Amino acid sequence: MTTEQLTDASRPHLLRGVKLKNDQVRKTWVLLAPERYLRLNAISVDILQRCDGVAAFSSVVDDLTKKYGADRALIERDVRGLLVTLLEKRMLGL
Amino acid sequence: MTNASPLAPPSALLAELTYRCPLSCPYCSNPLSMGGRETEMSTQSWQDIFTQAAELGVLHVHFSGGEPASRRDLRELAAHCAGLGLYTNLITSGVGLTRSSLGELAASGLDHVQLSIQDAEKASADWIGGYDGGFAKKMEVAGWIAEEGLPLTVNAVIHRANVERAADMVDLAVRLGARRIEIAHTQYYGWALLNRAHLMPTRAQSEKAYAEVEERRERYKGQIVVDHVAPDYHAKYPKACMSGWGRQSMNVTPQGKVLPCHAAETIPGLEFWNARERRLADIWADSPGFNAFRGSEWMQEPCRSCERREIDFGGCRCQALALAGDAAACDPVCVKSPRHGLIAEIAARDSAEKIEGFIPRRIERDREKSSV
Repeated sequence: MTTEQLTDASRPHLLRGVKLKNDQVRKTWVLLAPERYLRLNAISVDILQRCDGVAAFSSVVDDLTKKYGADRALIERDVRGLLVTLLEKRMLGL
Repeated sequence: MTNASPLAPPSALLAELTYRCPLSCPYCSNPLSMGGRETEMSTQSWQDIFTQAAELGVLHVHFSGGEPASRRDLRELAAHCAGLGLYTNLITSGVGLTRSSLGELAASGLDHVQLSIQDAEKASADWIGGYDGGFAKKMEVAGWIAEEGLPLTVNAVIHRANVERAADMVDLAVRLGARRIEIAHTQYYGWALLNRAHLMPTRAQSEKAYAEVEERRERYKGQIVVDHVAPDYHAKYPKACMSGWGRQSMNVTPQGKVLPCHAAETIPGLEFWNARERRLADIWADSPGFNAFRGSEWMQEPCRSCERREIDFGGCRCQALALAGDAAACDPVCVKSPRHGLIAEIAARDSAEKIEGFIPRRIERDREKSSV
């Protein structure tokens, strides 16, 4: 259901109450959300920092494809995977 | 510490700002003996604790109680935490909040509100909470939270008086615009243990409610997240209580005592330290009470050699004490516990039909006068 909601034109953004934090104690980026936090790897941070509610999903993928110099389809699969997970957790808006 | 891995920092701090509460829910997790307003810590003491918590690695601060809105300095405390980059969560009954106080909290940087409901039906909800008009007030507060754009979690404790409507409460939370709901079948500690004979549903009721809530989880996928705490006494394996003793979180009482969980003080012989006297980092690392059940050296059989010992950590220490008479024993909820049969006996006995009558939670309590 949520998978179909995410289209090229979607403008993903973290919902209010969901925040990126560079945790100085754990030396890692974390995503803070109600009652939980997720440790993020560098790629997830790169993805979420681009989800500002302005950039369209397709341009987030384009941008990361350029940065990593990787296959676009592969990047799109990773970005979609993370965003759908966060949609299902009610942490992301489109 | 008895295990070799280095101690991880705590991620959550539950700040029990006060035991004062306008409601008197019979399953309250607060201790049976509670200090009143005159024993509570000052604004400055709490702020100092939050500052230390942030340095120690705490990510989430949960303002709890009692009813945290009973504290007049709640806005100041929220602002202090926001300034430290701490994620703040207000765990409230809603009673005691006003439209303007909620607006001020949101403006101070409060991140999230967790609102309790006692039932999906007004009359029953007000009876359970012992507060007339409580349900209507909560519905109003939920509207304010939505107006402010604050994320909302609804929480509901399930027991015999509302078990038939567990799934209705999920529906209600969706109507209120909540992103999350916690459906917690009653855990029997403190007031809930005292009232167990009036709270315990039958196995059939528990299982039906559990299945209906799980059905809602699927139905509302992507709309609301359901966190479902299983009914202990009808389970096969124990819960990973607190995700392990002293592993992730700490509770600070209104008087400054730092505990691994709400009920830890029910275990006799454990020494807990006070944040008014010691640094939070020292308490986390060295307090004998925190170290008592870390790692696995303290475990007995069947836990010690169990393949699930890093999954559920032997279950709950307080429950092991309460039901097996030994805080280091296997939680009797576990099917591997030699005392597991006791759980079914208690559940069957306590779920038997009887005239309803809770012992209401109150600060100054007189057991003799309220005997049942």
